[in-house]
Amino acid sequence: MGHLGEEQLERARRLIALYPERRSALIPLCHLAQAQHGWLTPEAIEDIAGLLGITPAEVQGTASFYDMLHTEPVGRHVVAVCTNIACMLAGAYELLEHAEAHLGVHVGQTTEDGEFTLEESECLAGCDIAPCAQVNHRFFGPLDEAGFDALVAELRAGTLSEVVPPHGVLCRVERAVGLLAHRQEGPGDGAAEEGGAGGEGLGGGPGGGGARP
Amino acid sequence: MSDPSAAGVGEKAAVQVSIDGSLVSARPGELIIEVAERAGVYIPRFCYHPHMEPVGMCRMCLVEVSGPRGFSLQPACFTRVAEGQEILTRSAPARKAQEGVLEFLLLNHPLDCPVCDKGGECPLQDQALSHGPGESRFLEEKRHWAKPIEIGPLVYLDRERCIQCARCTRFAEEVAGEAQIDFLGRGDHIEVAPFTSVPFGSYFSGNTVQICPVGALTSPAYRFKARPWDLEQVETTCTTCALGCRMVAQSSAGALVRNLGVDCVPVNQSWLCDKGRYGFEAVASPARLTTPLVRHEGELVPASWHDAIGVLADEARRARSSARGSAIGVIGGARLSNEDAYAWSKLARAVLGTDSLDAQLGDGLPAELVLGLPRATIDEACSARAVLLLAGDLREELPVLYLRLRAAARSRVALVECSPVPTSLSPLAEVLLRHRPGEVAQLVAALAPGAQAQSEAAGVGAAEIEAARALLAGAPGGEEAGEGRHSLHGAGVVVVLGRQSTAESAAAVAESAALLHEALPDARFLPALCRGNVLGALDMGLSPGVLPGRVALGEGREWYSRAWGAELPAARGLDTEGMLRAAAAGELEMLLLLGADPLQDFPDRRLAREALEGVGFLVSVGTHADASCELADLVLPVAGDAERAGTTTNVEGRVSRLAQKVVPPGRAWPAWVVAAELARRLGSDLGLDGVEGITEEISRLAPAYRGLDPVLLGSPAARDGVVVPLPPGHVPSRGPAVPRRIDPVATPGIASVEEQGAPMRAGAAEPPAGEHLDGASPAPRRFEEPAVDRPPVLSAPPPLGLPAPPRLDAYSQRLVVRRRLYEGGTLVSKSPSLAPLEPRAELSAHPAELARLGLGDGDRARVRSARGELVVPVAADEHLERGVVVLSAGSGGSASELIDASAAVNDVRLETL
Repeated sequence: MGHLGEEQLERARRLIALYPERRSALIPLCHLAQAQHGWLTPEAIEDIAGLLGITPAEVQGTASFYDMLHTEPVGRHVVAVCTNIACMLAGAYELLEHAEAHLGVHVGQTTEDGEFTLEESECLAGCDIAPCAQVNHRFFGPLDEAGFDALVAELRAGTLSEVVPPHGVLCRVERAVGLLAHRQEGPGDGAAEEGGAGGEGLGGGPGGGGARP
Repeated sequence: MSDPSAAGVGEKAAVQVSIDGSLVSARPGELIIEVAERAGVYIPRFCYHPHMEPVGMCRMCLVEVSGPRGFSLQPACFTRVAEGQEILTRSAPARKAQEGVLEFLLLNHPLDCPVCDKGGECPLQDQALSHGPGESRFLEEKRHWAKPIEIGPLVYLDRERCIQCARCTRFAEEVAGEAQIDFLGRGDHIEVAPFTSVPFGSYFSGNTVQICPVGALTSPAYRFKARPWDLEQVETTCTTCALGCRMVAQSSAGALVRNLGVDCVPVNQSWLCDKGRYGFEAVASPARLTTPLVRHEGELVPASWHDAIGVLADEARRARSSARGSAIGVIGGARLSNEDAYAWSKLARAVLGTDSLDAQLGDGLPAELVLGLPRATIDEACSARAVLLLAGDLREELPVLYLRLRAAARSRVALVECSPVPTSLSPLAEVLLRHRPGEVAQLVAALAPGAQAQSEAAGVGAAEIEAARALLAGAPGGEEAGEGRHSLHGAGVVVVLGRQSTAESAAAVAESAALLHEALPDARFLPALCRGNVLGALDMGLSPGVLPGRVALGEGREWYSRAWGAELPAARGLDTEGMLRAAAAGELEMLLLLGADPLQDFPDRRLAREALEGVGFLVSVGTHADASCELADLVLPVAGDAERAGTTTNVEGRVSRLAQKVVPPGRAWPAWVVAAELARRLGSDLGLDGVEGITEEISRLAPAYRGLDPVLLGSPAARDGVVVPLPPGHVPSRGPAVPRRIDPVATPGIASVEEQGAPMRAGAAEPPAGEHLDGASPAPRRFEEPAVDRPPVLSAPPPLGLPAPPRLDAYSQRLVVRRRLYEGGTLVSKSPSLAPLEPRAELSAHPAELARLGLGDGDRARVRSARGELVVPVAADEHLERGVVVLSAGSGGSASELIDASAAVNDVRLETL
């Protein structure tokens, strides 16, 4: 059930073909799998290992290194509150405490309805909007307690669904050309499209100002 | 890799560096840590391992190195020497760096040395003392994690102790080629972990425990069993398979507790497989035979040696005087030492008057072929231009040879695999020749340089054959174009020769070898026979028609008749299959099993059963109670591994010493004593008075072992064993023995367990060969060489021509039997750590073949042959050819139920239940 779907397998093969070494496609493939299931299921890890000719332990090892790859199920929205120095000075710990109380979960946990996973994060490079939080790789800040509650309400209501993709991770790959590059294979498709924003519809990118309320 | 002899520090190529002020010459590109070590300067290290690629991970080896911008701190295990470099290993900045690294490493380390298995032999402990700051500034609470984590059946992990040197994960990936463990997480949360559903079940997992520089990885077999300073140890050779890995056997309170691999560069380079490492548990098994047993009114009852040998002598006398030609047969001997094997060979031929003796159980190759072909060493195979693999799956049969060949294939050697089914080395092979089972000789005939080109053979396409032929012939163009790969190394071709499958007769492999020898006269052969000391047993004449020292019966009969003072039988005797057939037909008076269990090990179980039931008098001379013992009329207990001194011979013909560490249980005798005593009771004297005396006699009489006397075997030059035959005019070196580091990760210069432990050979009840090295020479022996010409050693037999096996009928599948490392022999089933690892027997076939029968992956199916039937689970394997099925050995069904030993190939039919 947690295996890669047909479409993902097809895209995985094209991704692998972009690299001289198969295993170089490891992280893009992890993103691909995470976009499908929201997290890296053991089945998907095995599929990736099989596609790349490495062992599941190696895929798991790499995936567990990165905070934005999840080897355990997460909520529909992963809310990461930055507690690095700029945000800390602007009240990040108070915000985090409030977030825990408001969502009813501790850091690292997921709400019972599966909507939110709360994380504490190192610097998100959003010091200009401190204290900030990241939701599925979109940035929000400065957040006070009321702002946080409003954000949660909006996310719950789905009114931000245009801005916050369901599983935001893939946009990074899209933006880094990884998943678009295969288009160059087709006749007539020039490199022109490579720089084109948006790509397959998950457009935007980290730090995209549009998401700031 | 560090070579203490510094061979190759060439005059013109050497670079000069200064280490702590003294000038040292080094090979360009050598690592600073290796050069320093050779110069006697110890640089602390954790992640560095001489047999793995450097990574520079732990930073413990930081030293000051001069460069264009002055001195800077560099990791000595990762920095290569350059001309004129100045290296300071103990300067103030270097010391500060080393102390700082150690303090950091100890921050998260629990310091639970008093309860840690590694305590007393721990590089972290040792180097904290020698290179650490002495005091820690860390006052906070340490981390507490659950422990131990069972990351594999033979490896336990204590995460708190881990210092993230990555030796274990690098070993798994780089050396063993199966990265079943990797780092999980990041920062101070990093831990070694297998994937959830795939435990660390590598055949080589025990090596990670050995090379772990802290107590993070421990083995259930040794956990809390002993403290290092209480251990006694001897250096010996593993005889689990025929590769002859050097190891130390360690004991505590008179019981074996651990084996560690020794850095024997030409053989195992410090690695061991888990079967060899943990098989010692079988030595202390409750199933050991401890007293002679005589069948009395249908029951086996304990008897004294005097009575038991008396019964045996009476029976032997009666059998010997019977009218029939082959009255007495001897099967087995591959578990014996060379000296034991020689004694039994002498007894059988000179006293019992039989040439029917065979150390192989129908799963080997003809002795004349194995002994007559030009032999390759493992090093030659690993530096050859091309290696032709004509054997089973080496990872299952000779695991450490698999490691060596895997490393060779990754660096330079072209592998050509000749196998009907995929093996562990297939992914590394340059050319794969997937021939039809049983038709290997037809394929090999097509590989010969003169053979007709542009044709397929035995199901292999012309393109593959052409590619293989080019590699084997060393096409001149190809060698130049090989980008230095084949031109740097590679004199010649080495053939790894073994039985691809016990479901086929050995004739096809033998014919292939003879053809290859004829077509490629310079090719050398490495026999992939896997049972213990089988090569030593063959060398000692435990095979029909072959006398000790690789001599044919016809050529050596006069020599040995005079030397042994008895007329040897003139006619060639029976091999194992012949003896079993004779026994089954009631034509064998007496059968002696020397540590052999035909019911378990002979490929055709029905024949074995009929034979053991039909023989006149069955004697089992062995270490453990096995299935064949149940049928025996007389059971004699003998000393086994680590219980006797002697020598063993590996696949290359390398003779190395076996040392005794523990006392045989109960009243077990060394096997040679049983032979000598039986001879005495039959009115003869074998003239054998001790292991060393037998070694001496072998070195004088056996042509291939000429000159290999106890003095040479005990000399420093023989530390890694000696390959026989010795080159003419060989003079043994007699320099002082240099103490060897047991383990390349041990920390010399620090009083670790090696210096504290008992000396090598301590605990030997019987002095091993060569004990007299430093003192008096061995007592002069009454010995005269026979006054006839010394017989020549065997040469390879010519090809005989072989018909192709019969065509497969439309409903049948050709059977291939795949051996597996942990299939249930005595050693595995009697070792508590290994016994649970025995796999289930399984039949694999192409998915389409299974679909045709309506069988799915994992279903049970009936496999029927002309001989018998078996019900086993089936597995789909798309890499198999259609029409071929592979039976992987294991519990729940033995291939020997299906196999007719006399058939060229065996076909089976699959049926649904």
